[in-house]
Amino acid sequence: MEGPSGGLVRMSGTHAAGGFWTRYVFSRDHKVIGIQYILTAMAMGLVGGALAAWIRVQLAWPGSAGISPEQYPSLVTMHGTLMIFFVVSLALVSGLGNIIIPLQVGARDMAYPFLNMLSFWTVLPACPLMLASFFVPGGAAAAGWTAYPPLSALKGAIPGSGWGQSLWLLAMALFIASFTMGGLNFVATIFNLRARGLTMMRLPLACWTYLVSSILGLLSFPALTAAAIMLLLDRHAGTSFFVPSGVVIAGQVQAHQGGTPLLFQHLFWFLGHPEVYVLVLPALGIAFDVIAAFSRRPPHGYRITVWSLIVVAVLGMVVWGHHMFTSGMNPYLGKYFSVVTLLITLPFAAIGVNLVASLWRARLRWTPAMLWALGLISAVGTGGLGGVYLGNATADLHFHDSYFVVGHFHFMIGMVTLFGTFAGIFYWFPKLTGRLMNERLGRLHFWLTSLPMFALFFLMHLQGLRGMMRRYYEFSQDYVAPVLWLQPVLTVLAFVVFASQALFLINFFRSPFRGESAGPNPWNATTLEWTTPSPAPHGNWPDETPSAWRGPYEYSRNGNESDFELQSAPAAPGVLPSKR
Amino acid sequence: MDDRSPSPLSLAFPLALVILAAAVVGTFFLLDWRLDVASEHGRGVDQMIFFLLVCTGPLFVAGHLAVAWFVWKSRWRDTPAYLPPSPRAEWLATLIPVLLIGAVAEGGVLAIGMPVWGQVYREEPDTLPVEIVGKQFEWIARYPGRDGKFGRTEPTLIDDVENPLGLDEDDPAATDDIVVRGALYLPSGRAASIRIRSLDVLHSFAVPVMRTKQDAVPGLVTRTQMRPTTPGKYEITCAELCGMGHYRMRGYVNVLTPEEFEAWRARQVGWFE
Repeated sequence: MEGPSGGLVRMSGTHAAGGFWTRYVFSRDHKVIGIQYILTAMAMGLVGGALAAWIRVQLAWPGSAGISPEQYPSLVTMHGTLMIFFVVSLALVSGLGNIIIPLQVGARDMAYPFLNMLSFWTVLPACPLMLASFFVPGGAAAAGWTAYPPLSALKGAIPGSGWGQSLWLLAMALFIASFTMGGLNFVATIFNLRARGLTMMRLPLACWTYLVSSILGLLSFPALTAAAIMLLLDRHAGTSFFVPSGVVIAGQVQAHQGGTPLLFQHLFWFLGHPEVYVLVLPALGIAFDVIAAFSRRPPHGYRITVWSLIVVAVLGMVVWGHHMFTSGMNPYLGKYFSVVTLLITLPFAAIGVNLVASLWRARLRWTPAMLWALGLISAVGTGGLGGVYLGNATADLHFHDSYFVVGHFHFMIGMVTLFGTFAGIFYWFPKLTGRLMNERLGRLHFWLTSLPMFALFFLMHLQGLRGMMRRYYEFSQDYVAPVLWLQPVLTVLAFVVFASQALFLINFFRSPFRGESAGPNPWNATTLEWTTPSPAPHGNWPDETPSAWRGPYEYSRNGNESDFELQSAPAAPGVLPSKR
Repeated sequence: MDDRSPSPLSLAFPLALVILAAAVVGTFFLLDWRLDVASEHGRGVDQMIFFLLVCTGPLFVAGHLAVAWFVWKSRWRDTPAYLPPSPRAEWLATLIPVLLIGAVAEGGVLAIGMPVWGQVYREEPDTLPVEIVGKQFEWIARYPGRDGKFGRTEPTLIDDVENPLGLDEDDPAATDDIVVRGALYLPSGRAASIRIRSLDVLHSFAVPVMRTKQDAVPGLVTRTQMRPTTPGKYEITCAELCGMGHYRMRGYVNVLTPEEFEAWRARQVGWFE
């Protein structure tokens, strides 16, 4: 029996033996590409993390970090851009998604292996391009990761708005092209290459979240692409999409006329808000899979979770304006965006409750992956409740652009996504390398990262309540004085978080050689990726691809001898898997 | 993997969660996070935030305790339940907390939030018209003068010292306009209707103690409204990244008693007078 994916992939010639270059560099194997993404994200993460640490030194001890007020907005902008697009997007979505999806759906590779390779090689040059902007006249882009014009459109408005902003836009264009190709591949793979019997309602939740996240990305990124092109034209071709008439920079009346900065904000957040779910949902999916495996029971409310994901995605597309409550858009829109934004709490809370309820009557196994998944529950709960404050237009009059916002989004797209990424890497590492990561180092890394991160970003909420604004080089306002003593404390916490990543790096790079060797199914898990040897060979299964005969989480079914049943285990002799 | 003896983590982890929840709640009592409030709608904003704190706080604690409890109980369990529970039970277990948080979120914004939103954006009668203009990196206030009209401005006329707003001398409505750099004077007890403009990039007119925040957008006139309650001197700050001097783009709202305000206004002369 030949799985539907087998023929396709073989035809494309992905698995010809090949030499070093075709195997490890210009590889079309989804697992190698996944690792390439993760290594790239790690390198960018070191830069992004170092920028954060550097920024924190300035905030704790103003003037001592060697940062000038001109440079500070550049550092903030680049920290945000690198972390969101080049670390979390690449590691969690492009990287782990590449690794997980074909294995979990029982396919030999992605639907379009060449496109997959192209995606990686499109985003790779974007990294040096983005980093190079530190070394051009005027320095790196400085208009924030949101790149609001006119600051980002007019060269004289801020030093980073010269060459730096142009490089930023070009690097982002490459990133978007890569991410779009990747998303198309994910969607095509999940829809078309599922194993026989793997119905949509038998799909592991990790795959579901990648599917929803990819569709969201495909629908929303074009808006940013359009905005980026229009901004480039405003900067270099004399158009005025985003710049109105009569703007005076350094005493000079600018030639632009007729545009409006609000248009850019709408286009940006039309992507920007769905992007949050693009990043957060896969982390939740990974947590569901990891928690199921290490609590030895199926997740609570599989169907409710799936439908909630879909509702989150649909609502997530029509709430972008909650980033613009104070922007000057019509106040009536503030009401609409507030009410609809808060509707998202319903499906989102359902997902959160299902995560918690999955632990009920469980028998836990304390692997590092499980620790990260449990930590994720705390982070997504706390961050999610913070969202209830910010989706509220009235409360946002106080919170907008304050450290409350900074703390909130670091909970969601900092902690939740990173916790999910770490859980995923620990969990699927044996499938890639054939060896386990070190548990003792993993636990130490968990405690030294999660607790300081929680304290760091939680305390930022309180600084925001006191009225501390984000993107400030230093604080001399009287009213924030009572919470300024926290600044050095937060900086020390940030340094602990940054330094403890060394434990992860050591573990990650040592374990492929020194780690305990793992069998095909070290966690006694149920989904299809655990039916092939570890490391999984090119083409994923040495002979036939598996078929799915049952749901993804058959743990501890009463009356069974073992406490798990692989998805590929036939139900009864002679019964065929139901049609795909 | 040894399943026979409970891992010390099954004790440490729930304990950590309980301590975490207690620490978060404790922080609210230990830290001085409460900011004074000096405007009418600002009290409403605070009530909104206070409502959310009171409602989401218990949900936060309950969530953490639930995880801690389930994890703690798992210490003694040998065989977890496969539990495909009845769909009905599954729906109920999910639905109740979901409706609870939904009621907090939507109920809060509809019952408490929106009336305050209206106070800020629904124009009241007999307001004091003022204008605040943002430019890199300064706030400039303008009052319409005796005629009650804001005069015409022209970007080409802007001179940082002689004419910072670019007032047009040929427009009779402009001659008596009062321009004040870096400070806004308002009477207490009377709503001020504030038109906000920007000469260059985005800024945001933020007065944290008033709970006021409204972006200054070049090419647009945005509007906000506030009724100061307490005389005093309050800081204006910028809440939208506007360049390298963003952090030091300061100004003051001076709230005077109505009599003091009238006396102050009587002392002002128009920009071209």
